Amino acid sequence: MIKRFLPLIGFALVASLLAFGISYMRNNSMNEVPSPLIGKPAPSFRLPVLNQPERFVSNADLAGKPYLLNVFASWCFACREEHPLLMAEGRSLGIPVVGFNYKDETADATRWLQQFGDPYSVVIVDRDGAIAIDFGVYGAPESFLVDGKGIIRYKQIGPITPDVLAFELKPLLASLKGAAP
Amino acid sequence: MRAFSLALCLALLSPAMAWAIDALPFKDRAEELRFQHLTRQLRCLVCQNESLADSSADLAKDLRREVFDQMQQGKDDDAIRQYLTDRYSDFVLYDPPLRGATVLLWFGPLLVLLIGAAAVTRIVRKRAAIQHNTAPGKGTEEDW
Repeated sequence: MIKRFLPLIGFALVASLLAFGISYMRNNSMNEVPSPLIGKPAPSFRLPVLNQPERFVSNADLAGKPYLLNVFASWCFACREEHPLLMAEGRSLGIPVVGFNYKDETADATRWLQQFGDPYSVVIVDRDGAIAIDFGVYGAPESFLVDGKGIIRYKQIGPITPDVLAFELKPLLASLKGAAP
Repeated sequence: MRAFSLALCLALLSPAMAWAIDALPFKDRAEELRFQHLTRQLRCLVCQNESLADSSADLAKDLRREVFDQMQQGKDDDAIRQYLTDRYSDFVLYDPPLRGATVLLWFGPLLVLLIGAAAVTRIVRKRAAIQHNTAPGKGTEEDW
């Protein structure tokens, strides 16, 4: 008798596998490329400051305390989504938020920051995206939390959401402060 | 009509040549083939269903340039692949290496094949047993 139901059971198995696949994809974005750089030193860079091309910022200038490196561009739509959160909450992180202007025109970036506000302690410019490749950037926005020793501790792909801020960045920062006061 | 067929032929040919979007200065055909071969094995990170060779995404263009530059510096294919995996993880490789996290990827299909083979063997054996027990020529209930 059970044999009659074998095809049905087979179908149910395949269907549940597909359902699992769909729900898994929903909760774990397969589009996000896992960063091999987490736990490793941030790539070395020395980039000019936006609108001050004679001034450069390098890893060494930022060393000693944690900072958040936020990759953004004026052409990046999702950056606009993220921007109000950085404006409102960026300061509450208590660390420098470094803007990483990615493959952008200086005039466009300047206008963008004037229009929406500037949440950054400093904005560095990667015009041709070469340093971004070293960071494994493949879109914008992306954000890297770098600790005082220059190690990348966390990478956010896509906009920082209030959840990411509250449940990822802040606890991680608290633990960093606890470990190295 | 002839002009139309010619135009059609050219239009049909163009996708095959579409990869040559960058017009990189290769020194010879061999180098160009090596470049094509290598970039076909690499995944574009922006449009993840496209290879680095095919994608017209901005980042893909930059990475093609990077691959080209490193070839000019005399780096071999493995070194270039390593350069990219250091930054973008195994994800950039269409042919990921065998390691802990990729065991299922490599042997999953084989596992499914074995399950299928076991099921088929079971069904065939059962049928053979039924045929053996019933008179030849007489259909059984289990004919599906």
